[in-house]
Amino acid sequence: MSHDTSYTKQKFKLIGSRVNRPDGIDKVTGRARYGADASAPGQLVGKVLRSPHAHALIKKIDTTKAEKLPGVKAVITSADMPDLTGGNRSMLDILENCMARGRALYDGHAVAAVAAVDEQTARQALKLIKVTYKRLPHVTDVDKAMQPGAPVIHDWVFTSGVDPKPEKASNIVQRNQFGHGDVEAGFAEADVIVEKTFKTEQTHQGYIEPHACLATVGPDGHGDLWVTTQGHFHFRQVCAALIGMDVAKLKVTSSEIGGGFGGKTHVWMEPVALVLARKANRPVKLVMSREEVFKATGPTSSTSVDVKIGAKKNGTITAAAAELRYQGGAFPGIWGMLGAMTSFACYDLKNVQSVGYDVLCNRPKVAAYRAPSAPMAAFGIESTMDLVAEEIGMDPVKFRIKNAAKEGTQASYGPVYGPIGIGPTLKAAQNHPHMKAKLRKNQGRGMACGFWFNFGGQTCTDLNIGVDGTVSLAVGTVDVGGSRASLGLIAAEELGIEYEQVKVHISDTASLGHNDTTEGSRGTFSSGMAAIFAARDAKDELCQRAAKMWDIPVSAVAWKEGKAIAKGKRHNNLAPLTLQEIAAKSPNTGGPIAGHNEVVADGAGVSFASHICDVEVDPETGATKVIRYTVVQDAGKAIHPDYVEGQFQGGAAQGIGWALNEEYIYGDDGLLQNAGFLDYRIPVCSDLPFIDTEILEIPNPNHPYGIRGVGETSIVPPLAAIGNAVSMRLACE
Amino acid sequence: MLKVGFTGALRSSVNGHAQVDAQASTIRELLSGLVQRYPDLAEHVEQGIAVALDGEIYRDDWSKPIPDGSTVFLLPRIQGG
Repeated sequence: MSHDTSYTKQKFKLIGSRVNRPDGIDKVTGRARYGADASAPGQLVGKVLRSPHAHALIKKIDTTKAEKLPGVKAVITSADMPDLTGGNRSMLDILENCMARGRALYDGHAVAAVAAVDEQTARQALKLIKVTYKRLPHVTDVDKAMQPGAPVIHDWVFTSGVDPKPEKASNIVQRNQFGHGDVEAGFAEADVIVEKTFKTEQTHQGYIEPHACLATVGPDGHGDLWVTTQGHFHFRQVCAALIGMDVAKLKVTSSEIGGGFGGKTHVWMEPVALVLARKANRPVKLVMSREEVFKATGPTSSTSVDVKIGAKKNGTITAAAAELRYQGGAFPGIWGMLGAMTSFACYDLKNVQSVGYDVLCNRPKVAAYRAPSAPMAAFGIESTMDLVAEEIGMDPVKFRIKNAAKEGTQASYGPVYGPIGIGPTLKAAQNHPHMKAKLRKNQGRGMACGFWFNFGGQTCTDLNIGVDGTVSLAVGTVDVGGSRASLGLIAAEELGIEYEQVKVHISDTASLGHNDTTEGSRGTFSSGMAAIFAARDAKDELCQRAAKMWDIPVSAVAWKEGKAIAKGKRHNNLAPLTLQEIAAKSPNTGGPIAGHNEVVADGAGVSFASHICDVEVDPETGATKVIRYTVVQDAGKAIHPDYVEGQFQGGAAQGIGWALNEEYIYGDDGLLQNAGFLDYRIPVCSDLPFIDTEILEIPNPNHPYGIRGVGETSIVPPLAAIGNAVSMRLACE
Repeated sequence: MLKVGFTGALRSSVNGHAQVDAQASTIRELLSGLVQRYPDLAEHVEQGIAVALDGEIYRDDWSKPIPDGSTVFLLPRIQGG
């Protein structure tokens, strides 16, 4: 990056403080406006008809009766959503997922939609749509889907990454192999080899706010979309392309978001709302039910993973290998590839190989879920690590420390690491009081490590200074985890003013240049970088204005602690000018004062965590309760520690739910049996202990404040940490 | 001269090579030269690719200079939550 790296010597005044969150009052008083909280004059209610079959040919859709029902303003099927993708297969997949095209590919796949004057009429209209299906064989299990003779979901999928390329279509989308060295030679050197197979079930992100949007398309072809999303710029691009609209003619505004965790990085129903609105020539609000969220928006993969690790008796790993099979739902994805990339990333391995398979099944299209694919891989690898440590009689933490990756290690997925934090998190975990606390009867303790890549991406930010000296920071990364507080702190720090003087806004797509989606733990990293540069741009302008007010050269002006100061003996008599004083005179010194920045924020810096978990297992029933939990993670620099701790705790809580409670249950009929929070149980407060956190700060040299993303890694270790704790308890028995 | 490593599905698009030699001063030059030599790589570049330079991953900024002797890895583009 081109910026300075003086971050190591910075003395911050505000960064690292625990200021009040700017969205707190709105959220607790109900004033915050979420996806379903918008309305427009003449608005209609949209509803979607969904497939009751796991896999079926759609022979005919008769919408005649629905269209004639009084109050119905539009009925659409795939015929109203022609393929405008120009041969772009991944875009066509999105379109087909929004509305089935000739075949229903999973239980809950959309087949038609209506817009009507009220909910009751819309529901009645759905009942009047007659769909003639011919049921087809289905497959919902990842291992069964890979077997010869399994029902093939798409006849155009030929496994890539194998040589020669197959001539027969299958459900195996791609094979990706990572690693280096000679694993066979490495296993031959090992004193101990442990091989295990693991399966994990499909889980949903479980965000409390369902998907919701309000779409308007006027007769002039201009559209507005209010939507709960993690990436309104991405939604604009995808929706505009799918419905044949110029990007500039569609304005997308992101609502307040009630959780996303990756599930709101994907377009699910928004093009349907826009097409309904265009056909009806009225605004259409579309809000998913919880059942629809479970059935038709992306959960994470179910997986099947084989792990083999060999080690010397002195604790050195000589070879490690894994084969990871990830179910991606009915459309191709990269989830198996990500699992293979992340699997051994925590360790410094001479001989390593991981092979990932992406596999189609008759389930909803898989979406990103917080460090997507990494928790399942870590479950297999970290569980096996404990077994190897036990075989060689070594403490599992010491075993991990001995093999931990460090600066200069070639990662199992290719690159060589810069400064990283896996070793320090392990040592902090080893020395944590939790690790030394005594266990009681029926209790066990486990630990595990986790990795996530983090990334940055395209970012654009405006910083506008009002004549009263207050500051509006306009960013385009949706605030899913508290970034407005962090970005306010950053702008205030850089300008040398109070946090309360800065108001951070999430701008719509018409008001800023493109911003990538808030994913990959990039929000505070990338918008923080852009905010710093925009503030520095504004400071340059403030110095220019001060020079004008003083009538001295700008080279004689510097910015210090929120004030312009005149440098040199000649200007000793000039009292510093505050930001407010300069702003007040701005109409007469050149007009508005603003800073701007657009940047590709690369160099995000990888992230590691080590977790410790105590469980208590009921010897009669096997019921397991997490009684103590500690997260140790590297944050680079914790801008707002409350939010960093919240991210650590949130990820751990989701991982605990995944390990103990949550799973998609499909029947032999291929239908989802537990599409609701009563039968799909996410952990609530009473299920969880207080989750302790320890923030390590190993600065990222590629960010002016040393920031690393913190949002995702915390979900990676819990599955294995809990599994290892239960195994320890059982071993004691 | 640069040593460029390939992982995952990218490896099969460069005739199975784990590593090739290349001459380039920016990411743009590197990708352009590689696509000329290995046309199957074009599809991956089009879909999105990440380049690791001495351990740092760059996804979008193709103007990034590559110092001579850098360790370079081409990676599939990743998604996050």
